[in-house]
Amino acid sequence: MLVTSLETRNLTIRFGGHVAVDGVSCAFRPGELTAIVGPNGAGKTTYFNLISGQLTATSGAVFLGERDITRLSAPARTRAGIGRAFQLTNLFPALSVAENVRLAVQSAAGVHYDMLRPWMRHRELIARADAVLARVALDGKRDAPASALSHGDQRKLEVALMIALEPQIFMFDEPTAGMSVDEVPVVLDLIAQLKQDTSKTILLVEHKMDVVRSLADRIIVLHNGKLVADGAPAEVMASPVVQEAYLGSFGRGRAA
Amino acid sequence: MIMPLSGDPPRSRCLSIALVIIVLVLALAPFLFGGAKPLNVTAKICIFIALAASYDLLLGYTGVVSFAHTMFYGIGSYGIAIAMYGLGPRWGAAAVGLTVALPLAAALALVIGLFSLRVQTIFFAMITLAVASAFAVLASQLSWLTGGEDGRSFSVPEVLRPGFRVDVLGLNITGRMLTYYLVFACCAALFLLLLRIVNSPFGRVLQAIRENPFRAEALGFRTVIHRILANCIAAAAAAAAGALNALWLRYTGPDTSLSFSIMLDILLIVVIGGMGTMYGAIVGATLYVLAQNYLQALMGWVSTAAGEAGLPLVPSLFHPDRWLLWLGILFIASVYFFPAGIVGKLRGSR
Repeated sequence: MLVTSLETRNLTIRFGGHVAVDGVSCAFRPGELTAIVGPNGAGKTTYFNLISGQLTATSGAVFLGERDITRLSAPARTRAGIGRAFQLTNLFPALSVAENVRLAVQSAAGVHYDMLRPWMRHRELIARADAVLARVALDGKRDAPASALSHGDQRKLEVALMIALEPQIFMFDEPTAGMSVDEVPVVLDLIAQLKQDTSKTILLVEHKMDVVRSLADRIIVLHNGKLVADGAPAEVMASPVVQEAYLGSFGRGRAA
Repeated sequence: MIMPLSGDPPRSRCLSIALVIIVLVLALAPFLFGGAKPLNVTAKICIFIALAASYDLLLGYTGVVSFAHTMFYGIGSYGIAIAMYGLGPRWGAAAVGLTVALPLAAALALVIGLFSLRVQTIFFAMITLAVASAFAVLASQLSWLTGGEDGRSFSVPEVLRPGFRVDVLGLNITGRMLTYYLVFACCAALFLLLLRIVNSPFGRVLQAIRENPFRAEALGFRTVIHRILANCIAAAAAAAAGALNALWLRYTGPDTSLSFSIMLDILLIVVIGGMGTMYGAIVGATLYVLAQNYLQALMGWVSTAAGEAGLPLVPSLFHPDRWLLWLGILFIASVYFFPAGIVGKLRGSR
């Protein structure tokens, strides 16, 4: 089996004088779920954007296995195997739930330019999309437009799009943000299920420490764009640098 | 029914009934109406259905605003006209005209797309406006080729001429009828092809780009290539519609093929019918072309009747000279009351 790992080397991006991500070197191994934590504005989402290609690094590199993908466009990185679920829900509002997922399925299947075979005759792809919808418990709403879903269901659909892409690297950006308490377990169970497949690499940005504790094999901490801690969850959470950088300033950020 | 409709049925009983009536009337028009005008109107409806459907692929499905659609329509019209004028009234000439015009339209769309679809769509709209204006000037300047402002009248193959007659099962079939059915069949084929394209995986990606281009890219689609392809397909389809228009009129000139008012017609047809529905092109083109051709006569009738009945104000309000005003009011009303177009309205209230 092809096992791909993801690595960033000295990854840096500058916006004018502001260094949003500052020389982050980190390797992510298959079969491992890494939680990326840090206070608001630490550069977590920017780091994600640099990996999935929405932003291009000022310096440093991103490697997928042996391949340097630093200069690839976002679509090319997706085709190379990097899947991304966005922090702010990012769907196709007027299309139905099923159509949203089918788009991801057809991309994964490499069906980009088929113009003459109607969608309804791609039975195998339709079945695949339906299976993904069942996994996120949205099969009952397949014909509703995505814009009509509740916030929690939109979050699930967001995750469904990534699962349907069948990537090597899964990138979750606060998948449970704004979800009601009873909806959160659906998404967490899903992530736990994905972890079962040890050929996949999972990255998770998350604020809820209980979620991080229950899912993460490893935690890295970003602070002011720098990687300040990296290790097993218990060890990282106990370290003084994290108490100061993350919990300390996060607490102050909340209070301000 | 599902097969030719590509899995995208009208999804509204009222719409289905309206479509069946329109298609039946268009299909039987040569036998239903006497005289030249009704057949000219129905032929124009057929051609505008295909033309508006090709524009809907861009505007309604891909979310790209182009003002160059008449340019492609004109390329098709001039392709047929110049070929038939130069090579004589032969089928081979029509084939030459088409084999030059369709790829030329697609290639031009490709070039415009490469230069401007990479950036914001508003820039693309401006570029198409500039290129279309330049093309219209060019067509009227190159009078040795295009006939300039006078355009080109040409003869068509004998079976398509008005004088041609043949008896089929006791029916007297004229060349005009044959031309009409050629136009009808080609427009139907173009429409079904476009319907098929928008309901394919490719078509779904176009809708995804319209809805959220950023996310479409994050799903791995090369949005620029999809936009450019949609632009090329729409251009080739518009050129085909233009070729049919030339064949029907046996004439091509700036006013019948390149005028900016045709661009406005197309835009209004798609908006009134319902963007991103394809069927909107059928309903929109039918209503629009009928209004264009018969509103004036209808108003004249109302005005005279009201005058004879001695009503005040009404005769001058509906004076036939004011028909454009009323056409405008009808458009404003239809856009105001049916923001999703007639098809959107019918589907919403099923």
